[in-house]
Amino acid sequence: MKFKFGIKEVVAIGIGTALFVALTEIQIPTPIPNTYLQPRMAIMAFLAAVFGPLVGGVVGLLGHAIGDAMFYGSVWWSWVFPDGVVGLAIGLLAAKLAVKEGGFNNTKTIVTFNVVQVIANAVAWILVAPVLDILIYAEPANKVFVQGIWAFVGNIIIIGILGTLLCSGYSAIGAKSSSLKKED
Amino acid sequence: MSKILSYEEKDTWIHRLSGVSKLIFFLLWCLTSMLTYDTRVLIVMVIFSLVIFKISKTEWKQVGAVFKMVMLFLSLNVIAIFLFSPNQGTHIYGTRTVLFHIAGPYDLTGEQLFYELNVIIKYFTVIPAVFMFLVTTNPSEFAASMNKVGISYNVGYAISIALRYIPDVQGEFTKIKHAQEARGIEMSGKASLISRIKNTASIIFPLIFSSMDRIDTVSNAMELRGYGKHKKRTWYAEKKLKRNDYLTIAFSVLFTVVALIITFADGNRFYNPFV
Amino acid sequence: MEPIIEFKDFSFKYRAQVEPTLRDINLSIMPGEKVLIVGPSGSGKSTLAHCINGLIPFSYTGDITGTLKVQGKNPADMSLFGLSKIVGTVLQDTDGQFIGLTVAEDIAFALENDMVPQEELFTRVDEVAEMVDVKKLLDNAPGELSGGQKQRVSMAGVMVDNVDILLFDEPLANLDPATGKRAIAMIDEIQKKKKATILIIEHRLEDVLYRDVDRIIVVGDGRIVADTTPDELLTTDILKEQGIREPLYVTALKHAGCRLLPTDAPSHIESMKLDPYRQSVRDWFATAKRKKGKAETESVLKVEDLYFSYVEGKPILQHIQFDLRRGEMISIVGKNGAGKSTLSNLICGFYKPTRGRILLHGEDISPLSIKERGERIGLVMQSPNQMISKPMIFDEVALGLRVRGIPEEEIRERVNRTLKICGLYPFRNWPVSALSFGQKKRVSIASILVMNPEILILDEPTAGQDYRHYTEIMEFLKEINESLGITIIMITHDMHLMLEYTDRAIVIADGHLIADDTPAKVLTNEEIADKAYLKKTSLYDLAVNCQIEDPSEFVERFIAYERENRMLKENPADV
Repeated sequence: MKFKFGIKEVVAIGIGTALFVALTEIQIPTPIPNTYLQPRMAIMAFLAAVFGPLVGGVVGLLGHAIGDAMFYGSVWWSWVFPDGVVGLAIGLLAAKLAVKEGGFNNTKTIVTFNVVQVIANAVAWILVAPVLDILIYAEPANKVFVQGIWAFVGNIIIIGILGTLLCSGYSAIGAKSSSLKKED
Repeated sequence: MSKILSYEEKDTWIHRLSGVSKLIFFLLWCLTSMLTYDTRVLIVMVIFSLVIFKISKTEWKQVGAVFKMVMLFLSLNVIAIFLFSPNQGTHIYGTRTVLFHIAGPYDLTGEQLFYELNVIIKYFTVIPAVFMFLVTTNPSEFAASMNKVGISYNVGYAISIALRYIPDVQGEFTKIKHAQEARGIEMSGKASLISRIKNTASIIFPLIFSSMDRIDTVSNAMELRGYGKHKKRTWYAEKKLKRNDYLTIAFSVLFTVVALIITFADGNRFYNPFV
Repeated sequence: MEPIIEFKDFSFKYRAQVEPTLRDINLSIMPGEKVLIVGPSGSGKSTLAHCINGLIPFSYTGDITGTLKVQGKNPADMSLFGLSKIVGTVLQDTDGQFIGLTVAEDIAFALENDMVPQEELFTRVDEVAEMVDVKKLLDNAPGELSGGQKQRVSMAGVMVDNVDILLFDEPLANLDPATGKRAIAMIDEIQKKKKATILIIEHRLEDVLYRDVDRIIVVGDGRIVADTTPDELLTTDILKEQGIREPLYVTALKHAGCRLLPTDAPSHIESMKLDPYRQSVRDWFATAKRKKGKAETESVLKVEDLYFSYVEGKPILQHIQFDLRRGEMISIVGKNGAGKSTLSNLICGFYKPTRGRILLHGEDISPLSIKERGERIGLVMQSPNQMISKPMIFDEVALGLRVRGIPEEEIRERVNRTLKICGLYPFRNWPVSALSFGQKKRVSIASILVMNPEILILDEPTAGQDYRHYTEIMEFLKEINESLGITIIMITHDMHLMLEYTDRAIVIADGHLIADDTPAKVLTNEEIADKAYLKKTSLYDLAVNCQIEDPSEFVERFIAYERENRMLKENPADV
């Protein structure tokens, strides 16, 4: 686990947040009307997996707050924090996943990554977000829990597929292979 | 890309305020608006927000597109609340004044209307503040401000880098997306959800790759120019606090305290006209 | 006087590598000297720079033997911060180096980190901004600046710290020729004014020599192969052996059989002593052959009266028209931001023209979607990293076919055929990461070729490449142009590329098409070259100086001669 806050982390947070914000508007339509998957969540998961909990958590918080403020003119604080929770939780795995070193290439790592992201998303969207909604905004409990579950499902799908693809792809590219032979 | 909110240089006393004062005001304002459900307080806040908005000479064309977006979310949210919980008002205010019956379990009650009105007003207390903050605060100065209020300069600088590179990343993304679309890789379209996500991966992947390279280059560049040398640093874009800044900060704190006292005077955060 | 930089029997090996990257370096640089370091990619010249600015050993670790002293001290005994007070580095990637939100903040960055009080920041930033002529831009964001302006800001950002050594890492890589010329002039002025020691790492030798340098150091395979004056170096064959392009006029003189002497001062064509050589050049011109023109073919792509603007009243492109014939290889040139990329975006359908038509085989393509156009007009982006999205080579090349739902059997067949054409077949099961930059470029071209386009548009196909890679990429393009009959459009500001490899140049300046002619004619026309931020070729000066009446014909013959020589070298058995 590393909470080091050096130049690398500062820059990773900066550029990572820029990525997250720039992709705010990019949404993948699903078969369900008016429901979209958010690739930016997968970017955050990827950054967390590569750079650790601090970068993951802060990119989630800052990216969500700045992105929403710039694109949608309002900051829904009860949904900002859960993003931070997810980034932080996935980031705690960074050393184990070893994405940069080419470690994200076997079923075990992929399962670990996904188990953690599902648990983190569950905590974030089925617990933290609705509770904050009720506490801060006095919204009806059934509405916020349904919304939370909705977000949970969307996020585990996008992180589960896109996040996994990004991590394994980057791992494969970063890996140095020594046993390559030219074929005829 | 749709229009996003961004700083525009103008000469009003709000623009001249230091980012620190505006940040303190903004955060306290959001906090108050989150905590209170007292209609009287909320109405005062709305009026005040609109006045500030006017003084800051913010024009419709700067914020119009985003405002429409907020209104869409607001409407959806208000409808959703009603559909999910038509009696939320009654839960909160304890009484039930049916205005008329709609269908099935749905009655329109005075309490529900009042509650949802409060939700709407709450939006309107914050929206002008967010707009005002974003269009009047020089982003350069913002990082300096964060450092001033005691937040580590690393955080301030991370935000500064984010703001610096958002346009670059957007531009790069558009270029990559175009080139991949020409190869036939599209994010929307009629393909199945899984293949849409896979196509998105093909578009995002080059962007991530170049961003990771960029992280290395920028770190090297910063290191070569002595970033992180000392515990503190100075800021070219910092503004010294002036009289108006102190007045703004004092007002923000005072307003928050008074608003919360009025709100919680009767033991809860709601103003109840029904009893 | 003590040297300011001194390497003694210095070797360096990166931790992850088996072989040392630098071997037995002995080099002294005196205060106030201006030194050019050249060498092909992978020769170790960047590593040499990293040793001087401290990235080695502070960011990249490895084994060092021998000694290095910068201002009398071993960098390893200092900190990166301490060293940053002595050596200022201007990186090749001007966007990466521009960290601040505005010009002023970026220039002040180093001082801010040093806790210089704000009032002093203002005055010192003003001073250096004046020196590099960016004072009017102090409040501008990087997005509002041109590449040349960003680079000047980078210079200011390191000079503000009053460093004694300025290190420029490929300062010309991303600039159009005229802007590059200005950058070299600026560096020269700075050296004269500040008496700083200047190190320039660059492989565009002729462009750097626009202003005097004291010495050129040639690095090859980790060793110093030459350390001498420009005049001396240009009379030898060292550059050619190391795969670095000589100034074109020097090559031309050598073709004409002239044996240059250092006393002829060959480092500047304007002041060189040409008296002994004029006759030989004229004789050579008389016997050299012109290259054969291509047979006229039918029109593939016709652009008619094209206009484009984002905002009404602010046109980006106006009244553009040209006709492209099958099998042509042309270049679109002009300064950065002139509208070259907009033109390719219109052709590919990313933007819709405000007015005018684009015809493919006489048919208006406006109803075609981006995807449909992509099957007939392929676009290859500048950096392969902007396109490659699959870890394995085969999958990357197959991607465009897979998303089109073509049967796997056919995909395998087409991909393998394309990989063979591109010389990548032996690597088909390799990860992309194992390839060199040039090979990656081929992969990105292969991934487009596999769709059998009729036209290929390439954005800066050789940017940042050294001569060997440049030749490798361009010869490959030439080959697919000739063997497959694919029409090729290249957007570029590399004048060598347009001269050597294209039949025609379309010149765009400020949104207007100002010339559509052979590259030799364009680059010998001062007015066009000026307007389009190109630089007229030194061959023109040579021809004029030798009283050759038709300089553009001289250029044509030179290029034809070069091509023939290269082909003889490659396939001696065929002839």
